[in-house]
Amino acid sequence: MSSVKTEKKTPLIRMIKRDEITQKKTWMIRAVAILGALITGGILILCLGKNPLQAYSDMLRGAFGSKVLIQETVKQAIPLLITAIGISFAFKMKFWNIGAEGQVLVGAIGAGYWAFFYAATLPKIPLIILMIVTAMLFGGLYGLLPALCKAKWGTNETLFTLMLNYIALYIIKYLANGPWKAAGSSFPKMPMIHKGVRLSKVFGVHWGWIIALVLVVFASIYFNRTKQGYEIAVVGESNNTARYAGINVGKVFRRTMFLSGALAGIAGMLQVAGCDYTITERTAGGVGFTAITVAWLAHMNPYGMLGVAAFIAVLERGCNQIETTMAIPASVSDLLIGIILFFMLGCEFFINYRLVTRGGKEEQNA
Amino acid sequence: MLSIILKLIVAAVLAGTPLLFGALGEILTEKSGNTNLGVEGMMYMGAVSGIAGAFFYGKAAGGAPVGVVAVLIALVVSFLIGALGALIYAFLTITLRANQNVTGLTLTIFGTGFGNFFGDFIAKNAGGSLVVTDGVKAMFKGIAIPGLSKIPVLGTLLFNYNWMVYFAVIVAVVMAWFFKRSRVGLNLRAVGEDPATADAAGINVTRYKYVATVVGGGICGIGGMYISMVSQNGVWVFDCVSGYGWLAVALVIFATWDCNRAILVALVFGALKIMRLYVALPIPSQFYDMAPYIVTIIVLVITSMRESREHAQPKSCGTNYFREER
Amino acid sequence: MEQYAIEMKGITKTFGKVIANHDVNLQLRKGEILALLGENGSGKTTLMNMLSGIYFPDHGSIKVNGTEVSIQSPKDAFDHGIGMIHQHFKLVDVLTAAENIVLGLKGGITIDRKSTNKKVKELGDKYGFDVDPAKKIYNMAVSEKQTVEILKVLYRGAEILILDEPTAVLTPQEVDKLFAVLRNMKEDGKSIIIITHKLHEVLSISDRVAILRKGEYIGTIETATANQSTLTEMMVGHAISLEIKHPEVEQGPEMLRVHDLTCLNSEKVKALDGVNFSAFGGEVLGIAGIAGSGQKELCEAIAGLYPITGGTVLFRQKKDGVEVMENIGGQDAQNIHKKGVSYVPMAFVPEDRLGMGLVASMDMVDNVMLRSYKDNKGFFVDRKPPKELSEKLIKDLEIVTPGVSTPVRRLSGGNVQKVLLGREISFGPDVLVVSYPVRGLDINSSYKIYDLLNEQKKKGVAVIFVGEDLDVLLEISDRILVMCGGKVSGIVNAKETTKEELGLYMIKVGGGKEEIA
Repeated sequence: MSSVKTEKKTPLIRMIKRDEITQKKTWMIRAVAILGALITGGILILCLGKNPLQAYSDMLRGAFGSKVLIQETVKQAIPLLITAIGISFAFKMKFWNIGAEGQVLVGAIGAGYWAFFYAATLPKIPLIILMIVTAMLFGGLYGLLPALCKAKWGTNETLFTLMLNYIALYIIKYLANGPWKAAGSSFPKMPMIHKGVRLSKVFGVHWGWIIALVLVVFASIYFNRTKQGYEIAVVGESNNTARYAGINVGKVFRRTMFLSGALAGIAGMLQVAGCDYTITERTAGGVGFTAITVAWLAHMNPYGMLGVAAFIAVLERGCNQIETTMAIPASVSDLLIGIILFFMLGCEFFINYRLVTRGGKEEQNA
Repeated sequence: MLSIILKLIVAAVLAGTPLLFGALGEILTEKSGNTNLGVEGMMYMGAVSGIAGAFFYGKAAGGAPVGVVAVLIALVVSFLIGALGALIYAFLTITLRANQNVTGLTLTIFGTGFGNFFGDFIAKNAGGSLVVTDGVKAMFKGIAIPGLSKIPVLGTLLFNYNWMVYFAVIVAVVMAWFFKRSRVGLNLRAVGEDPATADAAGINVTRYKYVATVVGGGICGIGGMYISMVSQNGVWVFDCVSGYGWLAVALVIFATWDCNRAILVALVFGALKIMRLYVALPIPSQFYDMAPYIVTIIVLVITSMRESREHAQPKSCGTNYFREER
Repeated sequence: MEQYAIEMKGITKTFGKVIANHDVNLQLRKGEILALLGENGSGKTTLMNMLSGIYFPDHGSIKVNGTEVSIQSPKDAFDHGIGMIHQHFKLVDVLTAAENIVLGLKGGITIDRKSTNKKVKELGDKYGFDVDPAKKIYNMAVSEKQTVEILKVLYRGAEILILDEPTAVLTPQEVDKLFAVLRNMKEDGKSIIIITHKLHEVLSISDRVAILRKGEYIGTIETATANQSTLTEMMVGHAISLEIKHPEVEQGPEMLRVHDLTCLNSEKVKALDGVNFSAFGGEVLGIAGIAGSGQKELCEAIAGLYPITGGTVLFRQKKDGVEVMENIGGQDAQNIHKKGVSYVPMAFVPEDRLGMGLVASMDMVDNVMLRSYKDNKGFFVDRKPPKELSEKLIKDLEIVTPGVSTPVRRLSGGNVQKVLLGREISFGPDVLVVSYPVRGLDINSSYKIYDLLNEQKKKGVAVIFVGEDLDVLLEISDRILVMCGGKVSGIVNAKETTKEELGLYMIKVGGGKEEIA
């Protein structure tokens, strides 16, 4: 690259930071990226000896083919969206909470406690409220712990939150093996929750979707209009500026991480009471990780997250479909999601920079 | 009593080796200023490609594969595929300047999908399971080193492992020497600490970052191959890496980015992983499984309490370098 | 035709919409010292960065010793014998001096540290540098780091040296020493470019001087034929007086008293050690010292942002109609954090404007409310008052910005500082602490800032001005406090002192509790 030949006048391609870019061009670049990802995924499917066009159309059918299927897709999107909103609270202040998976799980445990043991003794509405509150409390405390250490000693939160995921997972394994094991089952699993505590449906999907939409609006207002939201933004930009402004950085860490975990806890509760009707190791099922990329791709914009979460849900449902119709293992969904995320992450570069080729002409990307 | 301790240590070495590979790969990566959280993903990629490489070679060889060739193929393929995963990461973070944390996580999602998908897919097409031949399996069993393995205690303790254990230790020692003594190692450390300075000193920052990250990914891939070939005994098991990659990332911190220390820490982690089989305490087995993660957190907190300038993460980790930024 | 060491022709470089250099020509003769003069933001550093391979020009050609070259990386620059000593040192903290010096060089697989250390030592002796090759950079003082930087370039056999504002961090005595070394090197046949905006330095060291203004090349003249006013005119474009106004104001009451203030840094070393002084209304108290002598900690401790280990910080407060000195700093650092800076009758313009004083990615409204967003009741922020204040500031301080909703990161350095200072002044403080307020600003903005500070002084505010340019400090201050190693080594009357005296205080170890005159 750095040879000292005089005939090589200028580097072949150089990149220059853009000052501004129109909305239209931004979306064009993103569209091209998604298209590129789909083509790459298509080539992969082709290499497996399957027809990519058929695969994609089967996926669409799997996500939207019937009323039931659409309801399933919505159901899939709910925990993803709520968890992503939770994560965005932490990410907005550059607190790398990658422990949402664990926060979802402990939320599920908190909700499960009431569902398993008090379904017969308490009426439904107080019971549901107790479940939500406990789930938020559990998830929140689980998120608070790394924030406490970060505030006090500057402990690396990335690994801390990550390790907590596995601890939550083993707590569930322990409960399923011992104290909460289903009576009469030879397998280590928990019982199904009582029919009385299962969430009722609105338009065919448990009402968690209403909560999700309310949270989108709530998060948007919280970020943009409230003092606490403003504090998060300042802390996220610079701890020094925050201290200068008289903001207690540690307190903002703690408060925001509690909220972040609490929201993930809600997602866990909804999975138990509205979707799985029990708790297993797969209750979170990678939602905590996928939600991180949802939040990131949407630039922490709650409305953007709504769109991205819906897109990922379609993809996941679609992959379940092609497992049965085309004998492609469902784990292809992770692979495809990975490819799409790679392309989306990469395309941000072309939104922020433009390329200049040797002749001095600008390359018109998209 | 002695024999139980011996067995525990031997088992700890076997369980700790993939962690050591993963940690060494990540140390190399981080020394260049990239935090790659995709170790888990790259280990999956290496795990499936290593076993698949040996498997397809076995098929091509008509059921009578040469053991050494199968081993070489598994080694090279797992390295290359792990490196491929790292190459995607490197391209996105170094050239396209994407966020390192998010890109690493995405690589983990992608790699996990890659491993499980191809594992399942090949198994399905092979009639249900992806298994290498017994001859190949034997190549990954312990080797009693002639003479030395007969020494009482020490023989069992040091000279009865499979070749990958020794290989991992060699890689660690070579890497430690590389960082401490070699010119290129010094340059790489400069890149990780302060890329602008390294750049001004005439070091090709981009090339160093790419090479370190990609080779680091390859080493992680070999660690994945260890899991499928040694830990799972040459049989593809769905979700087999299950958190080993993340433990490897944690191990890097305990080892304070020091390759020699990583050997010791890997042994401790390995012991924690298999302890429940050897030490019977009146607690449920799941709490044993939790132990490595809890210990990680405790050490994480303790190390954050007392900060050290030199035994710390390279300073530029997490931020991408762009010469013309202003 | 004369063969130049370096000949740059028609160099243009843009960053986005900003034109940093436009059609610039520059020639460096062999064996001369060329001063590159221009005010801040005139494109001096950018131009030199294109010689050292950090940037690549959009247009234009570069010749080294008569041959046209393409310098695409710092390595290319070394290969052509060009070495640059950057203003912000490019050294790896955790490595030793010798390791930094051999960094990136070709050679054997391993590094023989013994022989490298010896070679570095010999090179230092040759030019009269005192250096410990095995010392880690993070244990070094600023001037030692600069020495390492220069040795690094010489070790690589550079024949052409570029020094970017090398004197900014040195005491007057150290400057003399550096200039002596530069003359040594010139005798040795090296060609040297020194970037500066200080006229007296140009006149004392250079053979010729090249002038840039707003990214354009103005001309090159023999230093022997130049004087301060001709250079000023070429640099600024019109004849202006570079004199800083100094209004005489009657000294007011004691506004701030710092008593026996001691602070420990994160490594438990005393960053401030028994600091005593008072600041009075209607005066500018200058604070001088080598970079890192405790100025930053002092400012932050006064502002309640740095934990105090011992001593007190007293502000003048009205209590029940009686004026008393109240301890707002003091031992309870945690308490002051709770109160926040805005509850103390002081304003603070920190040295790190975009990293501490402002939020770079936010617009002016959100930045203006940074210290007052809690003032209204309730859960929500009220953006109306800060918006009005922003519009007022834009008008009053002539801030150039597309509007109140443009991120402050997009503004020029001078305008960023106006936003920051404007916000702080708007609180009507009793004490105003400004830290390096004109660093990196062009001349017009600098003088606007001086005027604003003098206005505050006339209003009876106690202005504390931390600066690095002794000439400026001498002109604007009434008294100057000099810091050395976390201690006050002297407080002097600005009218009765000299740069040399200040320089001696700056390196006076174990200065102490001088009483206020």
